[in-house]
Amino acid sequence: MRNESKAIKVENISKCYRIGLKENMHDTLAKTVFKTIKSPLDNYRRYRSLYKFDDLNPDSDDTRSDIIWALRGISFQVNAGEVVGIIGLNGSGKSTLLKILSKITDPTRGRAEIVGKLSSLLEVGTGFHSELTGRENIYLNGAILGMKKKEIERKFDEIVDFSGVEKFIDTPVKRYSSGMRVRLAFAVAAHLEPDIVLIDEVLAVGDIQFQKKCLNKMQDIGQQGRTVLFVSHNMQAVTRLCSRTILLNNGKLIADGPSHNVVSAYMGSDKSTRAVREWNYPADAPGDEVIKLWAVRIRTKDGLVSEAMDIRKPVYVELEYEVLQPNYVFLVYYHLINSDGLELFETIENDASWMDRPRPVGRYLSTCCIPGNLLSEGILYVSPAIRTLNPEIRRLRVNDAVAFHVIDSLDGDSARGTYMSNLGGVVRPLLKWETHFTKQMKTQSNKIT
Amino acid sequence: MSVIKFKNNTNTLNKRSGFITIVKPQSGWQFIDFRELKEYRDLFFSFVWRDVKVMYAQTVLGLSWAILQPAIQIMIFTIIFGKVARVSTDGVPYVLFSSVAIIPWSYIAQTMTQSSQSLISGQHMLGKIYFPRLVFPIAPVLSKFINFGISMLIISGIMVYYRVYPSVNLLFLPIFIIMMMLIPAAAGLWLSSLAIRFRDVQHIMPFFIQLLMYTAPIIYSASTIPEHYRILYSLNPLVGVIEGFRACLLGTPILWHYVWPGVIVGILLLVTGALYFRRMESIIVDVI
Repeated sequence: MRNESKAIKVENISKCYRIGLKENMHDTLAKTVFKTIKSPLDNYRRYRSLYKFDDLNPDSDDTRSDIIWALRGISFQVNAGEVVGIIGLNGSGKSTLLKILSKITDPTRGRAEIVGKLSSLLEVGTGFHSELTGRENIYLNGAILGMKKKEIERKFDEIVDFSGVEKFIDTPVKRYSSGMRVRLAFAVAAHLEPDIVLIDEVLAVGDIQFQKKCLNKMQDIGQQGRTVLFVSHNMQAVTRLCSRTILLNNGKLIADGPSHNVVSAYMGSDKSTRAVREWNYPADAPGDEVIKLWAVRIRTKDGLVSEAMDIRKPVYVELEYEVLQPNYVFLVYYHLINSDGLELFETIENDASWMDRPRPVGRYLSTCCIPGNLLSEGILYVSPAIRTLNPEIRRLRVNDAVAFHVIDSLDGDSARGTYMSNLGGVVRPLLKWETHFTKQMKTQSNKIT
Repeated sequence: MSVIKFKNNTNTLNKRSGFITIVKPQSGWQFIDFRELKEYRDLFFSFVWRDVKVMYAQTVLGLSWAILQPAIQIMIFTIIFGKVARVSTDGVPYVLFSSVAIIPWSYIAQTMTQSSQSLISGQHMLGKIYFPRLVFPIAPVLSKFINFGISMLIISGIMVYYRVYPSVNLLFLPIFIIMMMLIPAAAGLWLSSLAIRFRDVQHIMPFFIQLLMYTAPIIYSASTIPEHYRILYSLNPLVGVIEGFRACLLGTPILWHYVWPGVIVGILLLVTGALYFRRMESIIVDVI
């Protein structure tokens, strides 16, 4: 049941830091001596300047080398119960934003309003003391995270159970392996019951099993109606857990919308993930005097050009090209490549009207349909190419001409059903399974098999 | 930073919510947020308890160090200042004279040192989670008190030996105990927030504590201070505490007019310390 009230309101928050200043070199002894005598005062001024910023303006494009704006004029709102991802390159301001909302550091400008109890998980095991036992650390860590003593007592058994270190709960934590420590710390954090949770890449630590556990727990938290802000570099997790994502870059909020759109924008920042590639002038268009490629497009069944494709629905790859000289037989095809660079398949145009026949001069539009429930989630790149067959010469090839993002909306009727965690495989066909049931067992308790 | 919390009855998220927190740049001076401290009460006691548990972790002698350490100091002082230097003690045996002062002084010195370091030793936590930073300098005030309690046993032992019977003055002891706790609290507030920005404080501390010891009538008696300087001397809150302890435990008259100046200075230091700490609180993470 979604409550429409705002859980978090961020208004124009900016944060700046002063970074190290280069020392001036002194060329005379007198200057050096003078500087040393003067230096306590300079040092004091320098320390003071670390946090005094009265005259600065976040909107100006500063050329000062000593100031860095970690956040510039960030504004957004989050409804109660929303799960929002925050992504961006390292240094874009994500962690700073969480720190400000957690009250760990002050904003330089702007304000935020938070309704409800907020807990932040910026690190697992904050405050763990290695001399104390696991049991004692649960109480300490729980208290640091904001739980009252009674609450910890009530949930103690659950926490120990979740962590899997029951046998060692009374040994000092310094004897634990790093994995055990992380599991124990996360177990405490997982049993917080705040209204709003801020999570910062906590899931990056730990083995596969642990990461799975974390993801599942996070999904539970989201479903319980709590508001979640999730900072991560794991795009799959972000797309799966968050309905909405915010993209930060250089301290500015540059995108805020449905996760698949924003993630595509982020991923496509070095490569084009646009679903359309068109050439306007013959000089630019790939090809030669025999054939020219004018456009490559990705469309949905309804004919809309789109970067985001539902995993269950067919994907239409459209190639628009012009034959400039007659009597050639063409091989029109493309490669489909995933984000790891693995080629999933190569497919050739097989329309009976044109296959193996010399084509007349003119404009052609070839559309290829990739059936739904075949492709796996992720970003896929289309590299079209055209050859002539008599003799066989490749006339053009465009690497990564267009790309699209295959998304599973988890409605239950795709191949993954409602299963949340990472599924492997480069394809995700929806195959037919049949299961028969009978009460007659093969293994009996009093029979030797 | 400014954090304002007030109840909002229209919020139906869950029983405990209904809080609104406002995060904005800090402006001006603010005093201690007692409501926030009350909410983090459990955390505060967890910290104290952690300090106590960890203090003598993996030591053989454990808590008996709380007795051994002052005992050794008393012995050394008695030999050097009592027997060799023959400092005047108004007729009181030196052992008694010094132990009554050394026990509270140990508490003050240790607490002040730990409190001044508190933010620095807790710095890994500061950047990762929020709770009232006041917990850091104030937790040692309580955790070292346990040591103090145990080492008071030494005094009781010595008093029994010298057949000093408790007098009416003992009723005033709680006042001096409170003052004894107030001083390192005030010093801790000032020193910890200064230490986080200027690590010089850490280097000065041992030296500073040593000097402080001589400003209080621990080794010598306050009566040796010339009369016209005595009021000035009493501005030091340590003087009032030590003299007070002596008077309460040994039954000598309490000279209140030499205690009040110290109390006032102590309270002033505490209040200004709290204000300064709060002002520096929000920038701690940025300059650490």
